[in-house]
Amino acid sequence: MALVSAENRGLRLASRYATLIVVALVFMFPLVFMVVSSLKPDQQLLSDTSSLRAFLPVGDISLDNYYAAFERAPIGRFMLNSMFVTVTTVILSILLCSMAAFSFVFLEWRGRNVLLTVILATLIIPFETIAVPLLLFVSKLPWLGTDGVHWGWLNTYRVQIVPWIVDGLTIFLFVQFFKDLPRELIEAARVEGASWMMIYRRIVMPLSGPVLATAAILKCLKMYNDQYLWPLIVVQDEAHRPVMVGLGYFFQLQIAWGEVMAYLTLISVPVIAFYLIMQRAFISSIASTGVKG
Amino acid sequence: MASRLTRSNRAGWLFALPGFSLLFLFIIIPFFFAFWLSLTNQRLVSPNPAEFVGLENYRKLLSVAVVTLEPERDEAGQIERDSDGAIKYPRVRTITRNSDNPQYRGMGEWFRWHSGDNAKVVIASDVVFMKALTNTLIFALFIVPLQGGGALLLALLINQKLRGINAFRTIYFLPVVVSIVVISLLWRFIYDGDDGLLNSLLGMLSFGLFEPVDWLGRTDTALGSIIVMSAWQAVGFHMVIWLAGLQTISPTLYEAAAIEGSSRWQTFRYVTWPGLRNTAVLVLIVITMQAFALFAQINVMTNGGPLDSTQTLVFQAVERGYGKQDISGGSVISVVLFLLVLLISAVQGILTRERK
Repeated sequence: MALVSAENRGLRLASRYATLIVVALVFMFPLVFMVVSSLKPDQQLLSDTSSLRAFLPVGDISLDNYYAAFERAPIGRFMLNSMFVTVTTVILSILLCSMAAFSFVFLEWRGRNVLLTVILATLIIPFETIAVPLLLFVSKLPWLGTDGVHWGWLNTYRVQIVPWIVDGLTIFLFVQFFKDLPRELIEAARVEGASWMMIYRRIVMPLSGPVLATAAILKCLKMYNDQYLWPLIVVQDEAHRPVMVGLGYFFQLQIAWGEVMAYLTLISVPVIAFYLIMQRAFISSIASTGVKG
Repeated sequence: MASRLTRSNRAGWLFALPGFSLLFLFIIIPFFFAFWLSLTNQRLVSPNPAEFVGLENYRKLLSVAVVTLEPERDEAGQIERDSDGAIKYPRVRTITRNSDNPQYRGMGEWFRWHSGDNAKVVIASDVVFMKALTNTLIFALFIVPLQGGGALLLALLINQKLRGINAFRTIYFLPVVVSIVVISLLWRFIYDGDDGLLNSLLGMLSFGLFEPVDWLGRTDTALGSIIVMSAWQAVGFHMVIWLAGLQTISPTLYEAAAIEGSSRWQTFRYVTWPGLRNTAVLVLIVITMQAFALFAQINVMTNGGPLDSTQTLVFQAVERGYGKQDISGGSVISVVLFLLVLLISAVQGILTRERK
């Protein structure tokens, strides 16, 4: 009896793992295909798709596509652009959104509830619905440079950064987190005569590790991966173009698929590496948006 | 709650103002600007100043009518049929271009059905928009159960105590951290009509019996293909949200269910699912909102084709507002899209509240 049930348990365990592995293959195969194909010459890449060879680094393997891709497009420039835009936006976003949320949760002032309601209401405005009016708007905005006032924000970094700094979701995440912090701590600090700035910097921010990670990770993904439609319409010059829009360089007359795969691999690797290193933080970040929501 | 220690009008505004002003400038102003533009004939570059045209853009976008076509008859009064036996009808333009019906001018056929010998034809002044609208609704309708349900299954699969389970969770989440632009390009290889990976796989599984399908090139498969890919890409995201929900359910409830001898389905139905109520609402709302914003996949994979079978509202709004430089035409679609999202969130809000 015991033997049979042990065998049964073994079988059940095996079938569980088999399911898990099959599902894992479903989620991995396009990425495996991407990396493997980036190492193959075009002709082989295209003919291999008819068999399992598509997923194996076999045949004429080399890094030639990567060299060619770097020749074709200023990839380093695009990556730097994307990373600069991402990092700047994330830092400013965390700063301004946490300050606003701090004010909404801990301070009492006239207009507070109205403003918070307005901010939360913006959550149901899809960005795509305001993209075109926003384009018209930013094309006429002034900017104070070192050499005087410029008109129009097109083809700049600021047009990719400033509109994305504050969003309802990030403020909401901070508000939710701050609500659970002990208010007595803040009130005690007030009694001691601490300024609001001091409370924000010395008490609230040091306690906010988890929500900072959540806000930063979500914003990073949004800025690096999803910046496609907006830069497509506001950035025409090479000097400020981000990675997703840079793809256009590979879709001229004759598409060199090997180079496309090399480019896709190059621009995806930084995020994937970041994710694999920080995967606990990633998962718990996403999870924390759900638990309270 | 008001206490003298926390009341501070000046500090309150100072802390909130930088963030709020950016939100105001870059979300709220453009939002109202879109409403205004939709009432004008603004173009991106135009020698003439924009004029106020009232609801004219909405009329041009939303007008629909049903007209009846009577079969063509020969001199004897018999219904004419073509060689396949199908009834012959006059062309729709005999009605829309007829000076007796000025209200139908400029409208084109959207779809038709038959009633008796007559054909009822739904004509619309903006057929492409109507297709974009229905496609967007179809996309939302299918992706919600596919992605939300798929994510729940994955969460249940991953929520077991097994060695190495975290590695699987990491893998299932992987597509979420890859840009949808990259994913869409990769899936063009999967859906390719000749030697696409999907065709090769189906060919292998059916020992060569399966006829290759050009998944993105056929009107009846293109939208479905994009739905499946989109669900696949973000399913890991919602899996994690479900997982967080699952972990809030008290283990004692499961112990009680086990003692009562309830089956796995009963346990799910009466313990797990009720515990996931709030999570379900969140997943539903997030997926719906994302569904209405469908753009990148279309832009990378099909450009709205073939024959407008993958047009979406956002794609049309961008194509008109930016591509054709018809800002008011793009804005009017944006406003319609926003009102639609508002309506649907209101309905979802009411439905999910009543059940509590």
